[in-house]
Amino acid sequence: MLAEFLQFLFSGVTVGATYALVGLGFSIIYNSSHVINFAQGEFVMIAGMSTVSLLALGLPMPIAILIAVMITTAVGLLLEKLAVEPARDASIVTLIIITIGASIFLRGAAEVIWGRDFHSVPPFTTNDPILVGGAALLPQTVWIVLATLVIIAGLWWFFNRTLTGKAMLATAYNPMVSRLMGINTRFILSLSFGLAAMLGGIAGILIAPISLTYPSVGVMLGLKGFCAAILGGLGNPMGAIAGGLIVGISEAMTAGYISSAYKDAVAFIIILAVLIVIPSGLFGARGTERV
Amino acid sequence: MNFWHPRTGGLVVLAAVIAILPVFLANAFYYDVIILVGINAIVCVGLNLLIGYAGQISLGHAAFFGLGAYFSAVLTGTYDWPPLAAMLCGAVAVGLLSFVVARPILKLRGHYLAMGTLGLGIIIAIALNQEVWITGGPDGMVVSSFSVLGWEPSGDLTWYGIVGGLLLISVWLALNLVDSPVGRALRSVHGSEVAASVAGVDVISYKVLIFVVSAVLASLAGSLFAHFAGFITPDEAGFIHSIELVTMVVLGGMASTYGAIVGAAILTILPQLLTVFHDFEMLVFGGILMGTMIFMRKGLVPSLAALVTRWRR
Amino acid sequence: MFKKILTGLGRSALAVVAAFGLIAGAQAADGVKIGSFLAVTGGASFLGDPEKKTLEMYVEEINKNGGVLGKPVELIVYDSATSPKDAVTFVKRLIEQDKVDVIVGGTTTGETMAVIKEVEDAGVPFISLAGAGVIVDPVKKWVFKTPHTDGLAVEKIFLDMKENGLTKVGVLSGSGGFDKSCHGNAVKLAPKYGIEIVADEAHGKGDTDMTPQLTKIKNTPGVQAFLYCGFGAPTSIVAKNYKQIGMTVPHYQTHGSASQKFIDGADGAAEGARLPAAALLVVDQLPASNPQKKVAGDYKNAYETRYKDEISTFGGHAYDGLFIAVEAIERAGSTDKEKVRAEIENTKNFIGADGIFNMSATDHLGLGPDSFVMVEVSDGTWKLLK
Repeated sequence: MLAEFLQFLFSGVTVGATYALVGLGFSIIYNSSHVINFAQGEFVMIAGMSTVSLLALGLPMPIAILIAVMITTAVGLLLEKLAVEPARDASIVTLIIITIGASIFLRGAAEVIWGRDFHSVPPFTTNDPILVGGAALLPQTVWIVLATLVIIAGLWWFFNRTLTGKAMLATAYNPMVSRLMGINTRFILSLSFGLAAMLGGIAGILIAPISLTYPSVGVMLGLKGFCAAILGGLGNPMGAIAGGLIVGISEAMTAGYISSAYKDAVAFIIILAVLIVIPSGLFGARGTERV
Repeated sequence: MNFWHPRTGGLVVLAAVIAILPVFLANAFYYDVIILVGINAIVCVGLNLLIGYAGQISLGHAAFFGLGAYFSAVLTGTYDWPPLAAMLCGAVAVGLLSFVVARPILKLRGHYLAMGTLGLGIIIAIALNQEVWITGGPDGMVVSSFSVLGWEPSGDLTWYGIVGGLLLISVWLALNLVDSPVGRALRSVHGSEVAASVAGVDVISYKVLIFVVSAVLASLAGSLFAHFAGFITPDEAGFIHSIELVTMVVLGGMASTYGAIVGAAILTILPQLLTVFHDFEMLVFGGILMGTMIFMRKGLVPSLAALVTRWRR
Repeated sequence: MFKKILTGLGRSALAVVAAFGLIAGAQAADGVKIGSFLAVTGGASFLGDPEKKTLEMYVEEINKNGGVLGKPVELIVYDSATSPKDAVTFVKRLIEQDKVDVIVGGTTTGETMAVIKEVEDAGVPFISLAGAGVIVDPVKKWVFKTPHTDGLAVEKIFLDMKENGLTKVGVLSGSGGFDKSCHGNAVKLAPKYGIEIVADEAHGKGDTDMTPQLTKIKNTPGVQAFLYCGFGAPTSIVAKNYKQIGMTVPHYQTHGSASQKFIDGADGAAEGARLPAAALLVVDQLPASNPQKKVAGDYKNAYETRYKDEISTFGGHAYDGLFIAVEAIERAGSTDKEKVRAEIENTKNFIGADGIFNMSATDHLGLGPDSFVMVEVSDGTWKLLK
């Protein structure tokens, strides 16, 4: 009984933490530009696929994942510079379609560069599970949770204790006034894309040993990450984390206790139910609307 | 009736294009692509009303298309209904469903609304995929041919005529809606919901109305597609298809009914042109999409129209 | 305002016409045209990619050796992206625009079923590379196929289970067409072999962790064996999950996992997994007397040398389809579609990469249950059983 519940919980936390990290990326980009970056899932994919190539070149694991995350961050920055900035003053919907185009472009590029096969990535430590209360916990899951906690702490410190972080929050709150106060909002936009890409990349290297990696691995992960961000309240990083964990755990629990065939549907029903009751997400900005 | 008015003038031109085009359609392949353009265009005209004029986003519209297709397929196949009745039944069912879900979902704004429609679409797609005993599951199901009181469309030209006709009716409907008090109320809602409601516009009712109209159009298009293609799968209701539809509307130009048609045409025809790129097809397609939206921010038709106006000055 | 619309529409109409001018297909050259539509991208790219590579490689080779009937062979491949809707459009393009003589393609059942009406109406011989039995049952005049049916695979699995005294089975399947077809066959055929499906779980597309479903199966009282219906990355994820939660009941998969990539992806967790596969997978272990050894062996060497990548049985189906078509054309002495069709139907004792084919007017597949062998993962590679 307990063992079963714990097993479902571990599964939920594993995928939930991944959704959380991807959702974080959505929230951060949304904060600085009100854009939904449909290419967020692709950052996860690029990191995973790069790791495979780098390992094949003979690099040791720690160096490979570091370079993989750096490559992903670079791609995020390029995306912002080449695709988002030129269309800076376009409507939100246009920008969203641009990111959709970027997502397709990146997937097409990945298929050309790496081929269409799926690849495995060795785990950070071992694949031997740790038995907890009768349930098998993968060491990789522990790494994922630890990394997420470190990232949460890091982001908290960044947003609350550094000038740049505060500038980012200010830009999210009111871009015009921020510019008047001397904040380089264009730089903030680039930074947010780079940061989101980095987070997506970290999610990618964490989950690849579990989910395997292939060019379209980012599609579903991106979608679920978006759900996580919305559920938690778009723009709220802590909300994205909470949202991700809720989605992941409800998926696992539904699969375990109700119906595995409809587990995705139930996750969406939960999200819809929450949104209908709390229209701006669990922890979303509940401000008043100025007319 | 002013002939040069966009409503009548544009319709006449569209009708002329539809009438003349078959001259250039050399074989069944061309007809297939053009008919698909027409079917997509019907959905996009409705979706454009929702996105462009009412300012509401829907990332799950393909679900209504898929439901229309499956209602037609199942009722005519398993239960031997006449196709027209099945199509109308599907439209009514989708209308009811969209009416019921519209009120709670349309209370959401912006990206939350996007999520709401996305979730709705995915739930419907999952159900269609899972209930293999009705729908045949992911391997799809065969659809019997279309017939109205014994008359069956024979060949591509007839189908082209049916789709073209329905497209004209949809465009006429959309243009009339836009230029009517309903349309003006919608644009006020798009401009500012708060101001509109202060001015006495029943915001939520208008949003629901347009949502239902666009859903019903999608359902009708789906039914037509089912009979034309003769085979459907749950992919027709999937979220990738929904994203494609939204892309068509935005690419062509939001708040432009003809733009929706152009967007549908381009996104349906482009993959056929890109086959020359073989392995690079996806890459080039993504690049073209990005480039077009960066350089023609308002969408193709409004941007081109602005260019024309500027050039003429 | 009116002018704006006119310009916009006029431009669009012209653009559309010009566009079609661009894709005016290949000229009616005096060669043999083989058309193909494959899921090179999309959910089934794991299958479509090796199929495309196989077709391209062997058409090149055929042309190097003088072509078919002394004429060069032209291969036209379109990417149907695992979309039945696109498949229909491409088949119409192949038939009407490119005027192909025969079609070898249709990676998935959905894509194949969608185009049957077209090929039947147009009268073009079509050899499908998809799995479901419904493609050739009931027999359609112009439609053939080369892969073993999903039903055959399930029967082979159940036979093996029965021989090992395993009667209570837990099944996991994905949401794709192949998965559900396999699952449907399992449910339908279980009673025939005295098998009881005691657990029936499913997962979604792109899922990264199936431990909840496997835990449920593991904890089902009396479960004696586990079967996974699917292909691609999920097969390896399932194997890893199986090992993670310490499942011990015999692990079965389907021919959708018949590739070294399944083993590599599972990182050691696939040891002991069993599945039915074409002999191609273990060709090196076949006795010299086995008639398939030469053809399959040559295919394996050629493919692995050229693409530096392990073979899979999916590419083998494309090889078989191509050569059945080519030999039929040679026997017919022309590309006349009716004659070629009749000759495809007359394929007897064709030794292919994935099986030995004997077709007839009532059997457009031509493979029997002995075309499958049971293999097991052993020491990180495939081992032929009995």
